[in-house]
Amino acid sequence: MNQNYFFHFGQYLLFLKGMISKPEKTNIFLKRISDEMYKIGIGSLPIVAITALFIGAVTTVQTAYQLVSGLISKSVIGTIVSDSTMLELGPTITCLVLSGKVGAHIASEIGNMRISEQIDALDVMGINAPAYLALPKIIAGIVMIPLLNFIAITLSIYGGYMAGELSGILTHQEFVSGARETFKGFTLVFSTIKAFTFAFIITSVSSYQGYYTSGGALGVGESSTRAVVFSSVLVLFFDYLLAEILL
Amino acid sequence: MIELKQVNKSFEGRKVLHDINAVFYSGKNNLIIGASGGGKSVMMKCMVGLERPDTGMIEFDGRNLLALEDQALRDVRREIGMLFQGTALFDSLTVEQNVAFPLEMFSKMNASERRDRVNFCLKRVNLENVNNKYPSEISGGMKKRVGIARAIALDIKYLFCDEPNSGLDPITSRLIDELINEITHEYGITNVINSHDMKTVFDIGDHIIFLYKGQKWWEGNREDLKHAQTQIKELDQFIKASYFE
Repeated sequence: MNQNYFFHFGQYLLFLKGMISKPEKTNIFLKRISDEMYKIGIGSLPIVAITALFIGAVTTVQTAYQLVSGLISKSVIGTIVSDSTMLELGPTITCLVLSGKVGAHIASEIGNMRISEQIDALDVMGINAPAYLALPKIIAGIVMIPLLNFIAITLSIYGGYMAGELSGILTHQEFVSGARETFKGFTLVFSTIKAFTFAFIITSVSSYQGYYTSGGALGVGESSTRAVVFSSVLVLFFDYLLAEILL
Repeated sequence: MIELKQVNKSFEGRKVLHDINAVFYSGKNNLIIGASGGGKSVMMKCMVGLERPDTGMIEFDGRNLLALEDQALRDVRREIGMLFQGTALFDSLTVEQNVAFPLEMFSKMNASERRDRVNFCLKRVNLENVNNKYPSEISGGMKKRVGIARAIALDIKYLFCDEPNSGLDPITSRLIDELINEITHEYGITNVINSHDMKTVFDIGDHIIFLYKGQKWWEGNREDLKHAQTQIKELDQFIKASYFE
């Protein structure tokens, strides 16, 4: 079993190394990146926005529920919502959602190309298939997922604020002063580093799973499942690792 | 001309190709025939570089594919066109974009020159007014023809056809055979066809290689085939079984 993991890890590294080559045509490469940026960025915006809004709202309501002591200022709710959103909920939850949406899409798209011999066709033409298929997705993910993270953070804090205001848990002034009180620029930098790392994991692991699909339509389903499972577990593992190293 | 010298290939200890020596001639339809599992597909995959033989040499007009540097290998590959069994058309691209794909990647043609070349290739395979359709919107026979058009879009020297008739009705099969035959002779291409359709073999087979259990069992032309059938039991069994199919 361990040997199998080592084999896949080695093959994954070789897959990444194989992508490092000069693109056949720069204009085609750039067009592929922009297409992928649209698919990953704009295509994922609705699910990211909905998730972020509700997570912010739920964090406000649940934090208020746990604050039973009258000695603690309600502005603490604003602090908790904004800090936890930037540190954890924004990047991690967004990327877990994206490992499902983007990861499964990438693995099934490349996997389907594998089983229908489209990747063989690229190979026969002398095109570096990993560089042509996977590299634009990885670059697009690294650009777009951190942007989605910023949007998620903004919407999550807004969702938290709206939930507090609409349900009368706390006032506008209390929420804003709480959010501003402990704000540190590094929190946002840390969040962005996480988003970059997770973006690379989701896009590269899913591309790898798709590229080495075998066994027909059933194999495509298995690759997509493996892409989501492995990228989610790796996101959580690196979430802990980055927190240990950087905080 | 393509030449295979002492080519061997095994998968997990199971030998699939045994010491294959074969020559595929320019301007001819070179057919590889044999039962499923006999090594036809592996042999073709080795020839186009999708599999690497364990030992041996594969020479494209004197250039050993297995010993070439990256750039030289890419140059040879640009001289190769391949018609896949399942056509392998890019399903996210239209027919026109599929045929234009190798031109966009490897030629210096501008958009208008590319369009002219695409239209020429599509006309050559008797396909018109399908430029903007997606592969999922056209029939199996049309897909094969688009595959041929894509294969010949660049000025190729070698054409590989993996089971060109699979999944096609007999009439469309004959049309595809005719088209491949015309293109091969018209452009002097070295054409290698992997098939177990005996009608194809007798209609267009200029040079035939019979593979049996990974070994070259017989080779000759279609006139010799009838005679060989009476002499070689395995070939006779294969031909009779093919007619039953």
